[in-house]
Amino acid sequence: MSIDISQFIQTFLEESFEGLDTMESLLLTLSADDSESIDAIFRAAHSIKGGAGTFGFGEVAHFTHGVETLLDEARAGRRLVSPEMVTLLLASVDCVRSMLVAARDGTTLDRARVAAIGRDIETSLKSGVGDQATSDQFAKSSAENTSRQPSAERNGWRIVFIPEVNVMRSGNDPLRLLQALEEFGEIKVTCHTAGLPSFDDLNPEECYLAWEILLEADTTRDSIAEVFEWVDGQCELTIEPLSEFTETMPQENSKLHAHLDVPEEGPGSTIQDSAIVEKVAPTANRNRGDSGSIRVNTDKIDALINMVGELVITQSMLGQLGLKLQSGTNEQCIEGLLEGLAQLERNTRELQENVMSIRMLPISFAFNRFPRMIHDLSESLGKQLKLKLTGEQTELDKNVLEKITDPLVHLVRNAVDHGIETPDVRVTAGKPAVGTVHLNAYHKGGNIVIEISDDGAGLNKARILAKAVERGLVPAGQALTDEQINDLIFAAGFSTADAVSDLSGRGVGMDVVRRNIKALGGSVEILSREGHGSSFIIRLPLTLSIMDGQLIEVANQSYVIPLISIVESLQVQQDSVKSVAGRGMVYRLRDEYIPVLFMQELLGTYIGNSKQLTDSLLVVVETEGQRAALVVDDLLGQQQVVIKALETNFKKVAGLSGATILGDGTVALILDVSGIISLSRHNLGLTRSIRTEEIKAA
Amino acid sequence: MTKILAVDDSNSLRQMVVFTLKQSGYDVVEARNGTEGLQKAKAGQVDLVLTDVNMPEMDGITLVRELRALPSYKFTPILVLTTEAGTDKKQEGRAAGATGWLVKPFSPDQLIATVKRVLG
Repeated sequence: MSIDISQFIQTFLEESFEGLDTMESLLLTLSADDSESIDAIFRAAHSIKGGAGTFGFGEVAHFTHGVETLLDEARAGRRLVSPEMVTLLLASVDCVRSMLVAARDGTTLDRARVAAIGRDIETSLKSGVGDQATSDQFAKSSAENTSRQPSAERNGWRIVFIPEVNVMRSGNDPLRLLQALEEFGEIKVTCHTAGLPSFDDLNPEECYLAWEILLEADTTRDSIAEVFEWVDGQCELTIEPLSEFTETMPQENSKLHAHLDVPEEGPGSTIQDSAIVEKVAPTANRNRGDSGSIRVNTDKIDALINMVGELVITQSMLGQLGLKLQSGTNEQCIEGLLEGLAQLERNTRELQENVMSIRMLPISFAFNRFPRMIHDLSESLGKQLKLKLTGEQTELDKNVLEKITDPLVHLVRNAVDHGIETPDVRVTAGKPAVGTVHLNAYHKGGNIVIEISDDGAGLNKARILAKAVERGLVPAGQALTDEQINDLIFAAGFSTADAVSDLSGRGVGMDVVRRNIKALGGSVEILSREGHGSSFIIRLPLTLSIMDGQLIEVANQSYVIPLISIVESLQVQQDSVKSVAGRGMVYRLRDEYIPVLFMQELLGTYIGNSKQLTDSLLVVVETEGQRAALVVDDLLGQQQVVIKALETNFKKVAGLSGATILGDGTVALILDVSGIISLSRHNLGLTRSIRTEEIKAA
Repeated sequence: MTKILAVDDSNSLRQMVVFTLKQSGYDVVEARNGTEGLQKAKAGQVDLVLTDVNMPEMDGITLVRELRALPSYKFTPILVLTTEAGTDKKQEGRAAGATGWLVKPFSPDQLIATVKRVLG
C-alpha cells in the first residue's frame, strides 16, 4: 500500500504557520515564570518538528529540534528564560517560517541566516545549564541509524522469551510477538508450561508461559531485539546465534523448564533503543504554493449542509407542484406555488448568508503580526512602545482582510516612526515614557471600522503645510482648514520624514494607503491633536460582492441605494421644507436640518415637473457623518444585489459605485451615497435655481 | 470492523494517521487531546489507541494512565506516538501502561506495519 502524504502538506504548512504565530505572540509576552506559556511554545515547536519530519521537511525538523531542546530545558526548569533567549527564539521562529515559505513557494532561502541562527542555538545549548546529551540526541540517533548495518551473523537464532506474569497488563500479547518473529523466516516454537499454577490459582489475566523459539532467518540480533522492544524490562530475553547453540544442552533446557534460566546478559540488555529516524522521501511536488485555503469552523459547514438539505426539499416540493400545474391549474396549486417560492427565497437567502460567513475571518489574522512588529521597532528605533489591541474578533471578508493588511502595516509603522516620540522627548512633554499604539476594530452599521491611534506628537500642521507648498501641492498663502491640511499627507509624493529611515522611504506613500483603502470601497479619515497624538480611522465594507439594496425609481429608471446608508424614508411634509440662502433646500427632520438633493437633476435625467415635491418621497441617507435627503420618484422594494463593477465594463462614473442586474434582466445602477453628496455640492447652484421656482409654484 | 482511536493535536499528523488507517480498512475515531480521547474511548470501545504525547488539555501519558484504569481498557493495546528519541518518554509511557510506541517521524507504511503487529 502506498499513501501519498503530500496531500497533508497543505494542512501541515497551515498549522505550522499557526504554530509559529502562537510561538511568536507568546514569546512576546513571556515572563520567566510563565510555565504555561513555555509549555505551549514548546508544544508548538514540538508539533512542527514532528510534522516536518513526517512530511519530508528534514531541514526544518533538524532546525526545530534545537529550538525544541532549548524550550524543553526551559520547561524543565534547567534553563532560565532570558531576554536574549527570547530574541534568539524569535529569530528562530522567523527562520522556520522562512524555511517553510521557501519550501511552499519554491523561493530561495537565506541559508546563511538560517545557518547563523542554527549556530547560535547550538552555542546556546552548549553554554546553557541544560544537559548537552539531549541536544546531540538527534544527530546521534540518526547517525546510529545509518551506521546500523545488518551483521554478518547468519543461519539463525535461538530466542528464549520468559515474560513476566503481568505482561498483558500493558496490552502486549506474547502471541503477537511470536507472529512478528515469523515474519523474519521459519520459526520453531516450544512452549514451556511449567510455570502454570493449578487451576484454582490460575488468574486468567496473567501469563505463566515461556517460549523457546528457533528462528531460521538471515536477520540481525538488533531486528529481533526490536520485536521485543516494547516488553523490554517485562521479560527475560536471550538471543543467541543458532551456531552457538546445540540442542544437546539439557541443563539449560531444564533451567528453562523451571523458569530459572537467567541469561548471562541482564534482562533487556540486548535490547537497544532503536529510534526510527528513517527519512521519509521528500515529495516530488512540494511547490504547490498557497492554494488560498481557508479554515472554517465545522459549525458553519454543518449549517451549510443543513441549508442545502432544506433547499433540496423545497426544490422537490416545487417540482411536484409543477407536475400538478401541468395537468391543470387550480387555486390551491397557485397558493402552494407561491408558498414554495417564498420558502425558496428564504432558503436562498440563508444559504447565501451562510456561504458569505465562511469567508469571514476575525481581524486578529491581520492584527497578530503587530506585537512582533512593535517589539522589533521598539528595539531598532530606541523608543519604548506598548501595543493595545481591541476588537480582534471582529469578522470581515477574507478578501478585504488580505488587502487591508499592507495599509495597516504602513499606518502602524508611521505611527511609531513619525508619531511616537523618543522617551526623553515624551518625558519632557509630561507624557509617560512608553508610547502607546492602539489598534481597534468594530462593526458600525454595515461597515467595519479600524482605528489606528497613537499618543505621540500628532500631525505637525505647520510642517505639513510648509512641505506641501514646497512640493507645489498647494499654492503658497492659501488658507486651508485643519482637515484639509491633514488630508495633504495622502497626496502623492508627500513625505515629511527628516531622514529616510529603515521604516519610511520605502516608496510606499500614504497616497498608496488611501488608494488601497478606496479600492476596497472604504475611506480613511484622520483625527489629530498636536502634542496628543493621531488617529487614523478606516471604514471598510464587510464584503465586496453582495449587498442589501433599496430599489428606487428616478425618472422611470431603477436605481439601488445601499441599505446600510439609509436612515429612513418618508413622505415630504410641505412645512418642513425650507430654503436656505446659498445652501439650497433643507428638510427639517425632527430637530435636524438636512440638505435636500433632487435626484433627477443630480443624475442628469431631469424629466420635468412630473410630480410635485409634496408627492415625492424622501430617502434620508447618511455616510461619513453627513446626512442628505434624496428626492426620489418612487420606492420599489428591497433586495440583495450582486455588485458588478462599472469600471471593468464601462468606466468610473461619479456618484455611482456599480451596477447590478435585476430579476427581470434589466440593469440598475447602484448609487454611491458619498459620491452623490459631493456631486451635489458642485451642482448646488443649478439645483437651487430650478427647484426654487417649483417650490414657489407649489 | 476493527476500531482505532487516534489522538493528536496536530491536524496534519492526525489527518495522515486517520487517512492511512482508513485506507487500510480500519474504522477510526479521532480526538484532538487527551480529554477528548478519553471521552471518545469511554463513549465506544475501541480495539487500539494511538496517542501523541505532548498535547494541550491532557497529555498522552495521562491519557494512557486514565485508560488503563478503566476495566474495559485493561488489556487494550495503546501505542504512544512520540518524537522523543530518548528513553524517557518511552519509559514514562510504559510505566503508565502503554503497550509500545511509534517514533515520529514515521511513514504511513511504518504506521500500518506497527498497527498490524499489535492487532495481528
